[in-house]
Amino acid sequence: MLADKDRIFTNLYGFQPWNLKAAQSRGDWDNTKDILAKGPDAIIEEIKASGLRGRGGAGFPTGMKWSFMPKEPPKDQNGNPKPSFLVINADESEPGSCKDREIIRHDPHKLIEGALVAGFAMRARAAYIYIRGEYIREAETLFAAVREAYDAGLLGKNAAGSGYDFDVFVHRGAGAYICGEETAMIESLEGKKGQPRLKPPFPAGAGLYGCPTTVNNVESIAVAPTIMRRGASWFSSFGRENNKGTKLFQISGHVEKPCVVEESMSIPFRELIEKHCGGIRGGWDNLLAVIPGGSSVPLVPGHMMMDVPMDFDGCKEVGSGLGTAALIVMDKSTDIVRAISRLSHFYMHESCGQCTPCREGTGWMYRVMERLRTGDAEVEEIDMLQQVTKQVEGHTICALGDAAAWPIQGLIKHFRPEIERRITERSASMQEAAE
Amino acid sequence: MPKLTVDGIEVEVPAGATVLQACEAAGKEIPRFCYHERLSIAGNCRMCLVEVKPGPPKPQASCALPAGEGQEIRTDSEMVRKAREGVMEFLLINHPLDCPICDQGGECDLQDQSVAYGRGASRYDENKRAVTEKYMGPLIKTVMTRCIHCTRCVRFSEEIAGVDEIGALYRGENMQITTYLERAAKHELSANVIDLCPVGALTSRPYAFEARPWELKKTLSIDVSDAVGSNIRIDSRGREALRILPRVNDDVNEEWLSDKARFQVDGLTRRRLDRVWIRKQGKLQQASWEDAFAAIAKAKPGASIAAIAGDMLDCETMFAAKVLLKASGSSLIESRQTGMDYAVSSLAAVNFNSTFAGIETADAILIVGSHVRWEAPLVNVRLRKAAKNGAKIFIVGPEWETTYPATFLGADVSVLSKLPGDVSDAFKDAKRPAIILGGAGLAAGAHDAALALAVKFKMVTPEWNGFNVLHMAAARMGALMLGFAQQGGIKDLVAAKPAVLLALGADEVDFSAFEGSLKVYIGHHGDKAAHAADIVLPASAFTEKAGTYVNTEGRVQFADKAVFAPGDAREDWTILRALADALGVTVGFDSFAELQAAMIAEVPALGIEGLADYGSDLPKGDAKADLGGEIRYPIKDFYLTNPIARASETMQRCSSELLHGVEFAEAAE
Repeated sequence: MLADKDRIFTNLYGFQPWNLKAAQSRGDWDNTKDILAKGPDAIIEEIKASGLRGRGGAGFPTGMKWSFMPKEPPKDQNGNPKPSFLVINADESEPGSCKDREIIRHDPHKLIEGALVAGFAMRARAAYIYIRGEYIREAETLFAAVREAYDAGLLGKNAAGSGYDFDVFVHRGAGAYICGEETAMIESLEGKKGQPRLKPPFPAGAGLYGCPTTVNNVESIAVAPTIMRRGASWFSSFGRENNKGTKLFQISGHVEKPCVVEESMSIPFRELIEKHCGGIRGGWDNLLAVIPGGSSVPLVPGHMMMDVPMDFDGCKEVGSGLGTAALIVMDKSTDIVRAISRLSHFYMHESCGQCTPCREGTGWMYRVMERLRTGDAEVEEIDMLQQVTKQVEGHTICALGDAAAWPIQGLIKHFRPEIERRITERSASMQEAAE
Repeated sequence: MPKLTVDGIEVEVPAGATVLQACEAAGKEIPRFCYHERLSIAGNCRMCLVEVKPGPPKPQASCALPAGEGQEIRTDSEMVRKAREGVMEFLLINHPLDCPICDQGGECDLQDQSVAYGRGASRYDENKRAVTEKYMGPLIKTVMTRCIHCTRCVRFSEEIAGVDEIGALYRGENMQITTYLERAAKHELSANVIDLCPVGALTSRPYAFEARPWELKKTLSIDVSDAVGSNIRIDSRGREALRILPRVNDDVNEEWLSDKARFQVDGLTRRRLDRVWIRKQGKLQQASWEDAFAAIAKAKPGASIAAIAGDMLDCETMFAAKVLLKASGSSLIESRQTGMDYAVSSLAAVNFNSTFAGIETADAILIVGSHVRWEAPLVNVRLRKAAKNGAKIFIVGPEWETTYPATFLGADVSVLSKLPGDVSDAFKDAKRPAIILGGAGLAAGAHDAALALAVKFKMVTPEWNGFNVLHMAAARMGALMLGFAQQGGIKDLVAAKPAVLLALGADEVDFSAFEGSLKVYIGHHGDKAAHAADIVLPASAFTEKAGTYVNTEGRVQFADKAVFAPGDAREDWTILRALADALGVTVGFDSFAELQAAMIAEVPALGIEGLADYGSDLPKGDAKADLGGEIRYPIKDFYLTNPIARASETMQRCSSELLHGVEFAEAAE
């Protein structure tokens, strides 16, 4: 179990105020100037050495992402240098995820300081924090925290006395899940309809307003100052090789005490649940399935999940993914087909409608899932549904198509007998009625 | 120049090319819906997926992927076949499959590609989506349930037309393409979205349920509604031209067409002159050709005969008239119906010298007295491209809604002699400065001042000619090449008091000035001139005769005959030939080929398709020329500028609904 002294998010539960004074007493903004004095390249090297992987779901190494930003600003048509931007993704809309929310409402200064450190490292002119529209109180806190930081001279001209000019803008979204996709977020920031862009060009080449841009998750940014203070070796002392550091786990569903908790990576699933959540409701034998990384990853049957180390590679080995480490635990009282069908509805509702497979496929998948839920289908339709998910997966502009397909693939892979049972039971009852 | 292989075929493509273009270079067909050469890349239909190595183990959208050195592309693999089948199936699950009652049937990308790349049968058992109807105006018929959301129409409006009228609402399955607040699409190029729409969601309203494409005879022709000379295809069945579509010509109209050129076609069957009429006791009465010729011969014009050429005439007709008059001993020919009298000693001084493609590369443009959007919508498209490339555009004349950033310098043409400092600075700094002088500018006497500006700002260099005159009449440059211009304009004709006046499709002339003349109208529509004429001889419209046209760039183009003229109407040249016999003169041609040969012998440039060479020696102009004051655009109503359009129900409706805001109740369905 992670010792209290090794926690990054020391006010995760809001026992102390979020404001600047309290945050400073917890060590935030402590001589940020010195961190910046190391220079951008040193910061990026340190983050690379820490082994931090992006906390938004895909797990791309953060330091490497920052290093893609141009060192010399590219020129526009008229030969003027283009600014670079950092966009911080606080559009946390993944069903199950609720970590960024806790960071923003209780520890916003970690994020804002991180924005300065990361922005400086990637030579960005400003950071845009794109916060989910439904996070109303959180947005208020964030606005106030940014104001505090400006007033204290920590942002703006000569930010934190470093001699570097850096601005942070908070932008509220309007509640579309797809705006959490990095290029859709950039479109939305520009005031357009939130639809993902084609890649290439990647945002590091042409992102916000055509300028080099990096989009990072809130957690990835918020941990950066602490890594810089305590050193890469400290951070990488947690977790397995290639899965370093500490991580906010969000456990919801059928556990005794659902919670958000910071733990070291690679903690076994059983230990995580036992230590922090008081175990599975009704005991371990009652565990049906777990979705380990938020709604977008395939579910894993309970018996396979027990000893899985909770990290990127561990979850991948059981055919799923760590995603945002939002564990959705389901016990045997769950109607598993209905649960996945509900997720399908979510993806149908949130598809942006831009590209064909996702626009048409998500609705089709949901409608078949609804019929499978009641058993009003033929057994062959399970295979058809599987094929449809394969027709969507990997054929779309962004990853929403994949995210819509994977839960269903997981369900068919692990719970096909359950679906077949419903179909045969219903057809049997229908025959009786006909007589 | 990256080299890559497509299905094992090695190709080399220019840097910046996409994989889709590389596949085409290798002769592989890539199905597509959203991709269009002239629009930005959307990559949203996912039909063009191909397998790319190196790359992720999933198919890639070839339209958006840059071709790279050493790539191995497969368009024939199992992965690609399955991907296409999958996308095709998705596109069809919510498509109504109402092909039997869809006007796109037979020329539908979705039909064609579903035959070539689809699965053959659907596995979709759920209910299909239905979309409420949208209203896009009198030209575009919408059946939005058929829409496959390729967004070509959205991109066209935004990028080419420069009018943000069409967009997408809602998301996911509920995404709908619509106009802003469901108002009619109002710009002059709106109907191009009909061609762009790969399915039957946007079809032509006037042409709805008229014909199937396989019933139509397709004739290549040239548009005469403005001086752009758009390349068109006339689709006809039997004796009726049913619709007009643009042809691709990158130098002229790219592949667009103005709404007027496209939809005035129904005017060709209305208000037609299909009989000979002679005015007796102040009333036009039916007569025979013999009577009409006899009546003209009775006037014994001798050399006292004049001819005015209309705006939509082909060169052959004008030449036949010229020869006829010459044989009679007259040279009273004029084409500038409204009385303009600018100097035509140098044709280069009245020509669009930059060419349409060239004006895109200009970096400073001064427009003098031209409502370009209405006078030449497709030139406006080029100007928009120039503006996008960074050109500064200034306009002298009353304000109109431009589709690009432009500065209006006031309506008074005298500003040309004292241009504001920033304007002259922009032109001094420009590498490719250009001036565009419109009809209203010529009428305001700005010709000399414009020529002087061209000298002052060095607009003519060996590589670049920035002096342009933008005409409005399709016949104008041809007429000027044939000498249809008097020094004093039409006033010279009036002064000559001709015994017989031939009005060749000339409807804009003030005939009251020709009180004493026998006015013979040779034309195809019962419009203004027919009301004033003493004798009306029915002739052919542009669809009903072959001919040569010269656009405002001096580009010589040939048009074919699509259908026969109605009733007793004849091709214009045959009327003039018969008139020659009636007047007892010899013109030296008995067939169209002979006429054409004689014309080419006199003006060789008319025999060669392409830009005529007028040289680049411009008159110096006169910076102190007398300027006529206020500019007044001649076009008051874009949709009703010529006799065909005025006879067209579609154009009348466009005029009243789109320009005058009359609301039409939709018939309840």
